[in-house]
Amino acid sequence: MTSQAVRLFRKMDGLFAVYKPQGVHWKHVRDSIESNLLKALNSCPPPAPQLAVQFQLLSGGENSSSKDVVLSPSMVPTLADHPLVTGPQFHKVHVGVGHRLDAFSSGVLVLGVGKGNGVLEHLCKSHVTRDYTLEGEFGKATDNFTHTGRVIEKTTYDHVTLDKLERVLAMIQGANQKALIMYSQVDLHTQEAYELAVRGLLYPHGKSPPILTGLRCIHFNPPHFTLEVQCVNETQKYLRKLIHEVGLELRTSAVCSGVRRTRDGPFKVENALTRQHWTAGSIIQAIAHFSKATRKIRKSGMYKQTAGQLNSSAQVQEQTRSQTEQINQEHVELSSSTSDTVVDRETPFH
Amino acid sequence: MHVCQRCVSLLLSRPLSAAGQQSTRALHQRSHLILLQHSTRQSPVHRLSQGHSRETWRHFTDHQAASPDVYNKTDLAQKKVVPLNSDVHRISSQVSLSDSQSIDLDAAVRASPLQEISEEEAVQIQVPSALPPESSTLRPYVDKSETLSKLVQLGVNLWELEQRPNVGSMLVRLDFHADVAPRLLFLKDLGVEESKLGRLLTKNPFILTESLDNLEARVSYLKSKKFSKQSVAVMVTKAPYLLNFSVERLDNRLGFFQKQLGLSAEKTRDVVTRLPKLLCGSLEPIKENLKVCELEFGFRGNEMQHIVTTVPKVLIANKRKLTQIFDFIHNTMDVPHSLIAKFPQVLNAKFLRIRERHLFLEYLGRAQYQPSQPNYISLDRLVFLPDDVFCSEVALAALEDFERFQKTL
Repeated sequence: MTSQAVRLFRKMDGLFAVYKPQGVHWKHVRDSIESNLLKALNSCPPPAPQLAVQFQLLSGGENSSSKDVVLSPSMVPTLADHPLVTGPQFHKVHVGVGHRLDAFSSGVLVLGVGKGNGVLEHLCKSHVTRDYTLEGEFGKATDNFTHTGRVIEKTTYDHVTLDKLERVLAMIQGANQKALIMYSQVDLHTQEAYELAVRGLLYPHGKSPPILTGLRCIHFNPPHFTLEVQCVNETQKYLRKLIHEVGLELRTSAVCSGVRRTRDGPFKVENALTRQHWTAGSIIQAIAHFSKATRKIRKSGMYKQTAGQLNSSAQVQEQTRSQTEQINQEHVELSSSTSDTVVDRETPFH
Repeated sequence: MHVCQRCVSLLLSRPLSAAGQQSTRALHQRSHLILLQHSTRQSPVHRLSQGHSRETWRHFTDHQAASPDVYNKTDLAQKKVVPLNSDVHRISSQVSLSDSQSIDLDAAVRASPLQEISEEEAVQIQVPSALPPESSTLRPYVDKSETLSKLVQLGVNLWELEQRPNVGSMLVRLDFHADVAPRLLFLKDLGVEESKLGRLLTKNPFILTESLDNLEARVSYLKSKKFSKQSVAVMVTKAPYLLNFSVERLDNRLGFFQKQLGLSAEKTRDVVTRLPKLLCGSLEPIKENLKVCELEFGFRGNEMQHIVTTVPKVLIANKRKLTQIFDFIHNTMDVPHSLIAKFPQVLNAKFLRIRERHLFLEYLGRAQYQPSQPNYISLDRLVFLPDDVFCSEVALAALEDFERFQKTL
């Protein structure tokens, strides 16, 4: 006979996504989610207290004189089981964080609860990319590449046009494609490698620097512009530096005024929970919503582990790529890109 | 009885060899004794209900009268407690004394728990206390201690208190009738509600160790400063540590607030009654906050007074967060000082809330904070309405739109 609290706790197992607001450290997000879950668990009624025999002085007895007080036994609940003495039923809920977001950025943050924490590890090792929207502003350069930092220099930007920006972006993309091919350790002169590249399944193996698999400009209104990026192995600071370098290439300077993650693997911004919904009920609903994606990630992760034991690298790559393809096919991608690519792609970016 | 005989036959059948078997022997004797006592346990209950019986008999129970802080049940003198250990030693010594070749069955029969013993012998029996001498929780002591059970019944959170160092031991050592009851009566006379007593004691258990003279002196000081009886009760409920501070300290702080804020005595009393925490904490952060409001924000004297009397929490708010909120409201939302002073509640709100709502209104084109312009939105309505009311009345948009907008920030 499980109590209501235990039944609720067993539902808290899986992955879900949260929209982290800007200016908030990811640890605060994780802590407030954990305290909300604990609040819901501890508000469930506690288990019934144990009864103990106590001899109490009660007056009267059938065959004694009425004046005598007599000891008679009765079962009373022990105070040692009172909730004010035992404390809350649950002290800790394991809530883990996937790919972290620094305080300046906002966007989709994947969290795992309970057994989902194991799947988080597989997610981090799996071949998923992340989707960012970067807001930039021409005209100044600061020390930490953001618009709130200390200004180092100011420049003019009248000469910047969309055409020049697109050219610069294409050049950056070309460099990133070369890096991707190099770090994915395939020989591009083979048919197999060509097919992988066409399907968009090239992925860097082992340690690699941040690589952008997709980059385009979605909004241009000088001095403000917006870039959309798909990337792998990145940090948010690297993306801000990217904006700065775009400015340098255009012979002006640029700062980043916003980094927003819109997708992390199969977790998209439409299903991320906003601050009002960081309650136990909504979280359990979100876990149920993402259960299918979670199962796929877990399967692909377990597959990779067993494949690693097989000790055959080509086999591993082939198998993991087929798994990745399955996961990536779940995504509804963006409309076809406009920028140039070195490798001709049929499918849109991942 | 059938069970004992089986046990005895077991003992008989076992060959005796070395003294190393003594422990098993002792165990057997022990289980033998327990079995005997279990079978005779039915009779004591009936005996008690039939009235007093001067017959003394051995019965192993949890009860002991040795420790002083145990809830006294003095009329339970009929039950005598026998420690199992002494019996076992006696029996095992008897057995070892006898020849190692055979068990002396008479010894076992001689030490029957039903055997009547004299009063003097009964009184000399040492009772080991079943309470552990030390424990990391108060759970083993709650049922036995009058103080602790009464505190639990009042609603004091003992679990929270035992997390604090040394508080648990202090509570166990308190005597209910000498220490706790007079102070509870004192608080009740003061006007503190009974339902709030539990929370008060959870926050400040040291009120039970403060001397009554000091408590009364502090209350009379507050009353001499013309705080009404009801306001003193409210202050003690809101700030449980208030009565632990000395009269000089309270006097110092009241004087500081009156001088620094330049408020009349009546208004100072009002502010302190609403936020008695001001009298408890240190004055340095409050001085810093006042300086920040004056120099960094640029509020004038009368504006400051109005802010403090409306929202006293500004005095103990976090300086960094206060600066962040004021910076956003004054520089980004372009709200002048006079309007902020008119609605100081906005300085108490959460920064993220203000930011999201303002950006939503700006996106919709409804961010109008000047009272003279049409479609004016007052700052308190901006901040204090719940989300759905804000969306329907102020922003004139759907809640889903607001959430979708939040995900674009």
